[in-house]
Amino acid sequence: MPVVDLAMVPLRSLNADLHKLPQNTNETHWTIRNPGGKHALAVGLDAPVTVEIEGHVGYYCGGMNKEATIVVTGNAGVGVGENMMSGEIRIKGDASQAAGATGRGGLLVIEGDASARCGISMKGIDIVVKGSIGPMSAFMAQEGNLVVLGDAGEALGDSIYEARLFVRGAVRSLGADCVEKPMEAADRAALAGVIARAGLSDDVSPDEFKLYGSARTLYHFHVDNASAY
Amino acid sequence: MTASLKPMPAAPLSDMPATAQTTPRFSATFDPHTISEIQRAAATGIYDIRGGGAKRKLPHFDDLLFLGASISRYPLEGYREKCGTDVVLGARFAKKPIHLKIPITIAGMSFGALSGPAKEALGRGATIVGTSTTTGDGGMTPEERGHSQTLIYQYLPSRYGMNPDDLRKADAIEIVIGQGAKPGGGGMLLGQKISPRVARMRNLPEGIDQRSACRHPDWTGPDDLEIKIEELREITDWEKPIYVKVGASRPYYDTALAVKSGADVVVLDGMQGGTAATQEVFIENVGLPILAAIRPAVQALQDLGMHRKVQLIVSGGIRTGADVAKALALGADAVAIGTAALIALGDNDPRLEAEYAKLGTTAGAYDDWHEGRDPAGITTQDPELAARLDPLKAGRRLANYLSVLALETQTIARACGKSHVHNLEPEDLVALTVEAAAMARVPLAGTNWIPGSAGF
Ligand SMILES: Cc1cc2nc3c(=O)[nH]c(=O)nc-3n(C[C@H](O)[C@H](O)[C@H](O)COP(=O)(O)O)c2cc1C
Repeated sequence: MPVVDLAMVPLRSLNADLHKLPQNTNETHWTIRNPGGKHALAVGLDAPVTVEIEGHVGYYCGGMNKEATIVVTGNAGVGVGENMMSGEIRIKGDASQAAGATGRGGLLVIEGDASARCGISMKGIDIVVKGSIGPMSAFMAQEGNLVVLGDAGEALGDSIYEARLFVRGAVRSLGADCVEKPMEAADRAALAGVIARAGLSDDVSPDEFKLYGSARTLYHFHVDNASAY
Repeated sequence: MTASLKPMPAAPLSDMPATAQTTPRFSATFDPHTISEIQRAAATGIYDIRGGGAKRKLPHFDDLLFLGASISRYPLEGYREKCGTDVVLGARFAKKPIHLKIPITIAGMSFGALSGPAKEALGRGATIVGTSTTTGDGGMTPEERGHSQTLIYQYLPSRYGMNPDDLRKADAIEIVIGQGAKPGGGGMLLGQKISPRVARMRNLPEGIDQRSACRHPDWTGPDDLEIKIEELREITDWEKPIYVKVGASRPYYDTALAVKSGADVVVLDGMQGGTAATQEVFIENVGLPILAAIRPAVQALQDLGMHRKVQLIVSGGIRTGADVAKALALGADAVAIGTAALIALGDNDPRLEAEYAKLGTTAGAYDDWHEGRDPAGITTQDPELAARLDPLKAGRRLANYLSVLALETQTIARACGKSHVHNLEPEDLVALTVEAAAMARVPLAGTNWIPGSAGF
């Protein structure tokens, strides 16, 4: 199984090699040493392989991922898993801003904390943060589930559409048009499913979470919403 | 007045008409349109939204003239002596630069704002004449990819429909920072146009009034942009040219920062540039007319030693080959058209006058593109209206129009003695107004005065 040392091999050739992998490749497990906080690491993957990165990564690690499983043992910079389509990205440390931004599918697990704008503009991705998330998270979140075991910062879910936000801890404040909602059976089932996929079923129960989502009052331009525009 | 003047004898009253009255006088400040806007605002309590670009009169290409040939400059013969129009975009870093036969591209217009058949027609027309089309704020449709030989894929703040497969299918990527009609504003698509298909493509509920983000979700500022460009290049293995599109506001710095961030091409859109739906107050009051923006952008490229290496595409109110030629003479490598392309497809056709009248407007002024009731079937998602546009015929009309633009551009270039349209230069131009002379940095006609330049 390939081991790539980024202290020796340029990022470009690593990404190019990963892009060349066919769907049925035998090289299904890659180990990346000395990532050195490099940006755009393992972006645009499109095959069911596992890439284990030993250390910290810079911006946009795993961007637009399809099918691959990417594990980062350290921390991740801005926009980890941005616009991912499927597969799984797991960060053992903390994540910077805009984790999972615009993600359209797959699962992003952050075992530490995530900074501001976690899940911004998310479009179908499932994001699980074991720690807490920063302010303006799930801004304009459209679809998918954001599950936070810790607390959420200010203005959670500002201008949210139909994404579901499950928070176990405290929410500093809710953004425009984001409200607490009763958890229906379908919501609970979705939450349980995401928790299970993240491998946390033994750690938490869906009953410990509150659900936040759209009040849908900003869905139409109207004089009474003027202060929110 | 001195007191010595004798009083005039009074005019005989009997000569006056019985109802002496002046004609009704409209205020220049409170003109009829302004009054109607106040009344509309009072009635509805919400700002006016419309399509199109700035409608006020602005300094524009009309304020420039070409000098043509003379004793010291000889012209080229039409038809016999070659005058090239081809352009290569994106050779700075991309392994696969774009080659176009004419320097006139179709600007980004979203599926959602435009119907499927309209997008198909744009692709067909552009492909016939060997130029590119551009997606928009709603993702890439198979119709569009199928009918556009060269397709530029926009990467917008909303990221609606964004996915790596389409990215890899694209011929180039255009990162949209802003648009001339609304530098600093996000997109809007009103509920009437969020059809089931549009909603699915954008991951939105059907029928809502959609506001797209005005800032990118995962980067801020030029240092981040550089990393974002690196990411897009890595995802696409450095094959695709990367364009950066900005609305004309601070063109010198925006161009310099785009170049510094690693762009292959800069797209600069002036305030006359169309939009599918934006607040009228935004369209008319924010940004620069394109005439004022080209020279600062070219200056930035020259200062960085990047003119012609990083290409400049300009847009915003391009209508004729004369406009194209003037934009190129000021230093652009190509232009983009939006509104004019829609008109070529059939927008604002006088033959639809009766239907425009029903919508409370008239052919030539119809701009409620956001409402989705376009009688020409172009800016709509209503299947019945959309079916009115024949993509083959409309594509042919667009191809005709693009050919005319190219021929007109060549006509002027030959008159100026240029064997390629890119050889046009500011020295070929003069300005008709002091404003245009200052903005375009060419002399006022008949003088050697360029306002603002040293030596005056
Ligand atoms: C109907 C319509 C939709 C548009 N949609 C987009 C868009 O999605 N993204 C974008 O960057 N610009 C969009 N634009 C702006 C055009 O790309 C372009 O900048 C402008 O139309 C150029 O000016 P012109 O209309 O005067 O030719 C749109 C313009 C129109 C008319």
